[in-house]
Amino acid sequence: MTKDQLIMGIETSCDETAVAIIKNGREILANIVASQIESHKRFGGVVPEIASRHHVEQITLVLEEALSQAKVDMKELDAIAVTAGPGLVGALLIGVNAAKALAFANNIPLIGVHHIAGHIYANRLVAEMKFPLLALVVSGGHTELVYMKEHGYFEVIGETRDDAAGEAYDKVARTLNLPYPGGPHIDRLAHEGKATIKLPRAWLEEGSYDFSFSGLKSAVINVVHNAQQRGGEIVPEELAASFQESVIDVLVTKTQKAVKEYGVKQVLLAGGVAANKGLRAKLSAVFADSDVELVIPPLSLCTDNAAMIAAAGSVMYEKGQRAGLTLNGDPGLEITIHNQNRG
Amino acid sequence: MKVLSIDTSNNVLGIGLLDGNMVLGEYISNIKKNHSVRVMPAIQTLMEECNVKPDELSKIVVAEGPGSYTGVRIGVTIAKTMAWTLKIPLSGVSSLQVAAASAGRYFNGFLAPFFDARRGQIYTGLYKFENKRLEVLKDDRLVMSADWGKTLNNLDSNILFMSNDLALHEEVLKQELGSKAIFAEITELNPRPAELGLLGRDKEAVDLHTFVPNYIRLAEAETNWLKAQQNNK
Ligand SMILES: [Zn+2]
Repeated sequence: MTKDQLIMGIETSCDETAVAIIKNGREILANIVASQIESHKRFGGVVPEIASRHHVEQITLVLEEALSQAKVDMKELDAIAVTAGPGLVGALLIGVNAAKALAFANNIPLIGVHHIAGHIYANRLVAEMKFPLLALVVSGGHTELVYMKEHGYFEVIGETRDDAAGEAYDKVARTLNLPYPGGPHIDRLAHEGKATIKLPRAWLEEGSYDFSFSGLKSAVINVVHNAQQRGGEIVPEELAASFQESVIDVLVTKTQKAVKEYGVKQVLLAGGVAANKGLRAKLSAVFADSDVELVIPPLSLCTDNAAMIAAAGSVMYEKGQRAGLTLNGDPGLEITIHNQNRG
Repeated sequence: MKVLSIDTSNNVLGIGLLDGNMVLGEYISNIKKNHSVRVMPAIQTLMEECNVKPDELSKIVVAEGPGSYTGVRIGVTIAKTMAWTLKIPLSGVSSLQVAAASAGRYFNGFLAPFFDARRGQIYTGLYKFENKRLEVLKDDRLVMSADWGKTLNNLDSNILFMSNDLALHEEVLKQELGSKAIFAEITELNPRPAELGLLGRDKEAVDLHTFVPNYIRLAEAETNWLKAQQNNK
């Protein structure tokens, strides 16, 4: 019998300090997330300097909790996987340097993981991946369609040209005076209203899998502005529903097209916006009667966490990919370059 | 008793190794390069050269700031994490104190280390050696260098200034203090990691989990938020 593989994941790319330990790439032994959301609420968004300060406060506490919950000793770990980018540079540096210190002090291999690769691999904690597959990544910072023909191979076939979907959600929420973070509030309101307001969908040029949400965001702001000038009333539920319908329509239609063109066996939903009920429902409906398997992770694995980083790290570990002690946080790390460099 | 000391609070990157009453080795550079990339390799190189294994360390001492926010955080994160995983004590020492001790151990007078903090401001404090012990006379603070010069003018003996940012504030300090202001030679301006190790060696250990850098300053967003709260009252 071969020994179990134990990987620690560390994630500090934004405002969550997270450490996880997973067994054999798919089984979560501990998944600790210390959220800073309460601290950033008063500023209406994540303040990078404050995020970095909180990470330093939390890091060893979260490490200790993860080890004790997993009942694993540091020395038993096969590797430490850490988010190397993209993200807030000052925040990334805390996780990266903690990981390097652990790797050196305990003589354990170190692996640098791309944050989006992590989001995609969160799915492997739910269902085994079947290649080729397509991942729809939707979060505050990302909107991407990623094609994977095998483990560790990431090809971005479509991405946003301006705002990420999550960003558009937050901005529309602000226009409606909803508290930060606004995404979940829009989702909730959308379910209470009907999509009665005509809003644009940016399909871009024929055959493109890219996205654009800035036009939609402006259209929403215009609707609100015009109503105010006319002294009219905006029904927030209707506006939220109309906005959400437009976003989901574009995301799901482009995903469907890509699924056909690339002939994939599986569709994975990834990223914080994967928590969106409207998006989950529409995707489930669209792929209900098809041969393509749709995987949607539970909410706790959609938002930033370290189990997903460990899951991606597990596959990279198997492939022999290692980082040295010069590993740095890279706020603009590219998933494809990451793939080539470490391949 | 092997002590690893780490200082990344400013441009100077300093790693030191003490063994009992001996300085085994030091690594010091004063270049504007990425600490995040260089600190762990520097620690690894020095420890390997000195033939010290991580689990032979009995204490870690880190320069806790003030200085560059990012720089201090890198050092403190590494120090906390290493001390935690090796289950050894950690002590923090003021980065200014290290600078003072590095240039002023045998100076008979006051020691005023500082780091530039932009727009005429400096991080500084006032120290003095008494019977080989470094005493804190004025706590670390953020102040305009001109105001600091005025404050120090009340002192009755010479003041030694040490800083890699001397050039930026020398004129102002001379203006306020005249011949009482003495400026250290360039060879003594890099805070020495061995001094850091020595200052922290016998110092009480901190509570590892709650230990954070001494930034002196609130984050800008917090300052603005507090102002806004006051205006709303
Ligand atoms: Zn994320």
